[in-house]
Amino acid sequence: MSTKAPGILPAPSSPSRLTPSAVSVATRDIHLAFGRNRVLRGVDLDVKAGTAACIIGPSGSGKSTLLRAVNRLLEPDRGDVLIGGRSVMGDDPDALRQRVGMVFQHFNLFPHKSVLANITLGLRKLRALSREEADAAALTQLDRVGLRHKAHVRPGTLSGGQQQRVAIARALAMSPEVMLFDEVTSALDPELVKGVLATMADLAGEGMTMLVVTHEMGFARGVADTVHFMDGGQVVESGTPEQLFEAAASPRLQRFLSQVL
Amino acid sequence: MDILRTLRETFLDLDAMGQALPELVRVGLPNTLILALCSAVVGTVAGMLLAVCGLSRSRWLRWPARIYTDIFRGLPAAVTILLIGVGLAPLGLLIWGPNPYPLGILALSLIASAYIGEIFRSGIQSVESGQLEAARALGFSHPSGMRLVVIPQGVRRVLPALVNQFIALIKESSLVYFLGLLATQRDLFRIGQDQAANTGNESALLLAGLFYLVITVPLTHVVNHIDSRLRTGRRRDGNDGAETADDDPALTITQEAH
Repeated sequence: MSTKAPGILPAPSSPSRLTPSAVSVATRDIHLAFGRNRVLRGVDLDVKAGTAACIIGPSGSGKSTLLRAVNRLLEPDRGDVLIGGRSVMGDDPDALRQRVGMVFQHFNLFPHKSVLANITLGLRKLRALSREEADAAALTQLDRVGLRHKAHVRPGTLSGGQQQRVAIARALAMSPEVMLFDEVTSALDPELVKGVLATMADLAGEGMTMLVVTHEMGFARGVADTVHFMDGGQVVESGTPEQLFEAAASPRLQRFLSQVL
Repeated sequence: MDILRTLRETFLDLDAMGQALPELVRVGLPNTLILALCSAVVGTVAGMLLAVCGLSRSRWLRWPARIYTDIFRGLPAAVTILLIGVGLAPLGLLIWGPNPYPLGILALSLIASAYIGEIFRSGIQSVESGQLEAARALGFSHPSGMRLVVIPQGVRRVLPALVNQFIALIKESSLVYFLGLLATQRDLFRIGQDQAANTGNESALLLAGLFYLVITVPLTHVVNHIDSRLRTGRRRDGNDGAETADDDPALTITQEAH
């Protein structure tokens, strides 16, 4: 994998372009185990409002589990998740997830619904919008990802890259304060990766707070404000892309970078 | 050639068929359809309930569903129909009067729901876990995610199996004759069989059999049609093939913008 992904020139993500709704995300000493398998062992993470944080690390290091702990798809055994500086551990998890958008490696679009209906489902059932309001909001998001002309087809007829952009539109339609991306380009053919990364770079440029688990080192280097290296269920090293990619301090990160770059 | 003639007279006696035809159409067909339709509706609703209980995280829902399914799937249909239809007859007499249909429908529904519950359960379980996860990530509760996203997909996947079960139900409805039917309550099978017993000629029974085929064979083809429609989406969606990055205007625009 190259360190520079040609064609992805990120929009600047300076604080001046911060959207009003952007909030910070932090985790404090998150522990999470599947049975005896302790996947997260005390994760501390700080993502400032309106910044994009890339989480990198070897397979099994707990990156995806950490994302699911942030929106409590997986309940941490211990620790705290702070959004906008406030703990969300006491919140209703369903209400919390309406504020936190998530995009998955395998898209997970609903195959029995049209592209438009995929996006309007949450708006209609959870936000109680009328059909017209929901359709209009969904089409706005489809415009953003350049797929308005696909509104009435089933997701199965789209390419992987298009499906992933629909998944991003579906998450954005709920007006989330934070977006979580879980290896969203890992299941895509190489030629489709760029379009999805460009959409994400746009979003970062608009000042969305983003947590991005990725193997795309070019994206981490070019778009992320901070990069966090996870290994063995902990964040081993955090910093700016320059700090991590040019001057890795820990031997584990140095070894990881030498393998992936 | 005697054998052929005997066979023809036994099975293809048009006079015998003609005699049975009015009753088959006026009495037998409606009765068979009432028995099958009612038990199909009750069996499907109860089957969905069983499937949901069978998939529940609570053992207090899971185990009763499991035991119920094992019992009514494991018993011969004739045994269930007799046990329910005869065993509960005094109770039925109090509620509905001397009509074997409600108990017959109940017995058929109990059997059908056990099978249909398993069909739904396998369908729901075959839906990828990512579907529920995506629904939950949007903010749907577990029950809402199941109801809006997982179950509709699971049911679509098992439509052919479900129709097989309906076909079995239409055939099994003939067993209700065990419960003793008045002349006006007779179903297709009973009318054909009565005629055959009276005349020693099986032609009426063969005609009754043809009636069953007229119901069941189109049913299979209808479901295959629905199944393929559901797989490809609505007809107006059907023409859109997958696109590559090359012919996707959005991609080039986004890339040029940077």
